[in-house]
Order: sequence, then C-alpha cells, then structure tokens
Amino acid sequence: MQNPVDQDLTDAFVELIRHAATVLPPDMEKAIRAAKDNEEPGSAAEGAFFTILNNVEMARDASTPICQDTGTPIFEIHYPLGVSTRRMAEQIRKACAIATQRSYLRPNAVDSLTGKNSGDNTGVDFPTMHFHEWEEDTIHVDLLLKGGGCENVSTQYKLPDSGLGAGRDLEGVRKVVLDAVYQAQGKGCSPGVLGVAIGGDRGASYIKSKQQLLRPLEDKNPVPELAALEKRIYEEANALGIGPMGFGGKTTVLGVKIGALHRLPASFFVSVAYMCWANRRATMNVQPDGKVDYAS
Amino acid sequence: MHHKLTTPITDEAIRALHIGDTVSLNGIVITGRDAAHKFLVDRYVKADVIAAEDKDLYDELKKLLDGGIIYHCGPVVKKNEDGTYSFVAAGPTTSIREEPYQADVIRHFNVKGVIGKGGMAANTLAACAEQPAVYMHAIGGAATLIAQSVKEVVTVHKLEFGVPEAMWVIRVEDFPVVISMDSHNKSIHDIVQAESQVKYKELLGI
Repeated sequence: MQNPVDQDLTDAFVELIRHAATVLPPDMEKAIRAAKDNEEPGSAAEGAFFTILNNVEMARDASTPICQDTGTPIFEIHYPLGVSTRRMAEQIRKACAIATQRSYLRPNAVDSLTGKNSGDNTGVDFPTMHFHEWEEDTIHVDLLLKGGGCENVSTQYKLPDSGLGAGRDLEGVRKVVLDAVYQAQGKGCSPGVLGVAIGGDRGASYIKSKQQLLRPLEDKNPVPELAALEKRIYEEANALGIGPMGFGGKTTVLGVKIGALHRLPASFFVSVAYMCWANRRATMNVQPDGKVDYAS
Repeated sequence: MHHKLTTPITDEAIRALHIGDTVSLNGIVITGRDAAHKFLVDRYVKADVIAAEDKDLYDELKKLLDGGIIYHCGPVVKKNEDGTYSFVAAGPTTSIREEPYQADVIRHFNVKGVIGKGGMAANTLAACAEQPAVYMHAIGGAATLIAQSVKEVVTVHKLEFGVPEAMWVIRVEDFPVVISMDSHNKSIHDIVQAESQVKYKELLGI
C-alpha cells in the first residue's frame, strides 16, 4: 500500500475523466426522466427528452462521450498536508492527454493567438485546477466537464441594474437570474442547471458559481434565505415555457444552486453559471491505504 | 409530420417541410462550424478572385453543397489503424455563432439544410425563405446517439483547423432532426422567445 501523498494518480485521473464524460450522474438522469413524463405526449419536448435519455444510456453502455463537447475540465482537489500539488497537476495534465487519445475527451484546448489546437487538452491554464488543503487524510477530487455552448450563455450582472429593475437585494438577484434564463433560451442546451454566486469580485464570483454545479440536485441549501430563493427561481424559470432545446415545454431548468461570498462595499456581482442538461460531474476519493473509488 | 430525405435535396422537398416536422436524413453531410464558415465566406463568397491553392477545394465543396447539408458540429473522432476515421461522438454545436455567415453560405452554395442547435436569426430565416432551405434542429448533447447514424467518414478537409473545426464529409443514415426554421418564414425559436417574453416581463415587473 502506498501513502496517497506519494501515489501516482495518473491512471485514476484518466478513469475519473472517463466516468465524467460517459456516465451522467444518477440525480440528473432521474430529473430528466421525470421531466419527460411531465411533457405532453407526442410533443417536440417529449421527443427531445426521449432522445436525450436514449443517448445517456448508449453513452454509458459504450463508454463514449455523452456530448462531443467535453468542455473545460475543471478539477476541484481537496488534499491532506504533504501532497505535492505541483506533481498532482502534472498527473492531471498527463491524464487529460491520455483521455484525449482514448476519445473520452475531444481535443478542446485552442491557442487564442494562433488558433492552433494543442490536440491533447493541455495548454495555458488548461485544464482548470483548484487546490484546497484540508484536515482529512484522504484526497477528494470533483471534476466538472463544462461545455462551451452553455458557457457562452453563462453571464455576470452588476447590481443595481436599472433596465431590469434589479436592486442590491435577493429580489434583484432573482430578477437577473431569470433574465439569464430568458436570454439563454435553448442555446445552452436546456433544460439547464443554474449555478449562481452572489458577491465576491468578478473572478471569485464566477468560480463560486461553477462550484455550485457540483452540488447534488436534491440537496438543500443550509442558508434558509438561499434555499427559498433557489426554490422560487426554479419554479419561475420553469414557468417561462422555454423547454428542452428551446422547443417550448414545461421544464426549462432542472436545478438552481446559489452560494454567497463577501463583497466590496462598492460591488454587487451576481454570476450565473449555466450548465447544460449534460451536467457531467464525477468524484474520486483516495483513501490513506491508496484505495480509489469513484462516484457521480 | 415525418419525412425521409436523401441528399441532394430538391426545392420541392424543402418547401414541403414545416416547423415541428421530424426528418430522417440520409446521404452526404459536411460538418462546418466557426473556422469553416469564416473560411468559406472570406475565401470564396466574398473573394474577388479565388486563390489557386483554394481552387480544388472550392470545386469539391460546390459539388457537395449544391442541394446539400452543412452540420454545425465539432465531433470526437477516432483514427483507425487502417488510416480511416470514425465518429465517436457527434452532437450539434450552438448555431447562432454562424449567423453572420450563414445566409451568404446558403445562397452562394445552394445549401438546402443547416443542422445545428439553438436556432438562428433573421438573416438565416430570410435566406431559407428565398433559396429555399431549412434549419434542422438536432438534439444538443445527444452525441453518442447521433454518431451511430454516421455510417462512414468519407474524407476530411482543412484538418489543420483542428479536429472540431475541420470540414468532415460524412455519410449518414436516418440522422434524426426536427425542422425548427422552415422556408415559409416560420421559426420555432421566434415563437418560443415571444411566448416566454410575456411571462418574463410579468415575473420581472418590467
């Protein structure tokens, strides 16, 4: 048995990537199944959900990507004292290259100046990695594959916003988040999951909004005001009637998750991370005895 | 209503399609997204003279796109041991990014169908009415399922754009799409946007 501090986790990261790209988390699949049953029989919306669910099963069975846009791989790593984050970052980059070779990932890292694709999902600050030291003796890694279509409809607001009648309070937050859903229509592969962050500077706010997407759909926000806001936005966003793919229908979002950060007195940002229905997240735990397990 | 279509597609067949119809598409389809559309417009549609090095590809694309289909897609592709390629995952990408180019490309090459997701806007809808052509909505994210209907990768052009951006010439069987913009100036996207706007304004009190 190796101490996880010294363990080479390259192969484990490859498996984590495969899992995230090819297996939709069970809570997402359950929510999509319920949404399908809720649509009018024979409608385009029901047909879209039917195709989505067939695809989810086929991808899982064949171990091929659910969506060809395997997105930006975002790794959130919790590690015990003594782990070399530099070495682990090297292992993650190597795993991305191997996963690309095995067609679990599409080559997705493009040089912004030359337009050249690196071919292996590595590049300047690509993939995204955030390291957090913690008191536990295990390594815990969450991976989110964040597609480009839904990233393009993700957005950030600066309150107050007079056009939307949104002030610096939770009512203002509600209004801008609904605006984001309306503006996105079907372009972010609805029904989506909304990760929302209130506060922070612009950068911290965006990161926090993406981290919200790692929460299970069925969890409950420990802050009562935010739990109430999540519920209200979920109901109102679905009342917009945009539906799957923007075909019109009863389900426009599958979940709303909101977090809050301290902010400057001068700034009040609200970031909305729109995630497509293919909310590809997976988790890996490395025990002190070196044993690795995966979940989604 | 359900239709089965095979490329090249006639104007009559396009006029018979209406929003909400479903289609099983067969024949040759070419993928093209951001880099390809910019290339087609800069080097062919808007070029006074076509450069010698671009001429062979132009002749080839004119044949393939006349009555043909462009697919907004950046696939996951596997290179086989014998040098051929297979599509592993091949769902649609968001089409609205091609709005500045699409109408010109439809008119110049006589394209009959554009497959993508999320819909397109007024310029493309006008070109669809005039040419005629249609916008075919594939299900976003359904990449493994759609890859099953890609029976052959015939060839690839402009692979130097990178795998997602290259123009892949593929042969498809029963590729499932929904007509979301037809040649009669109707768009599901416009209708849903207008309907959702009423509720949106009510919820925001604006």
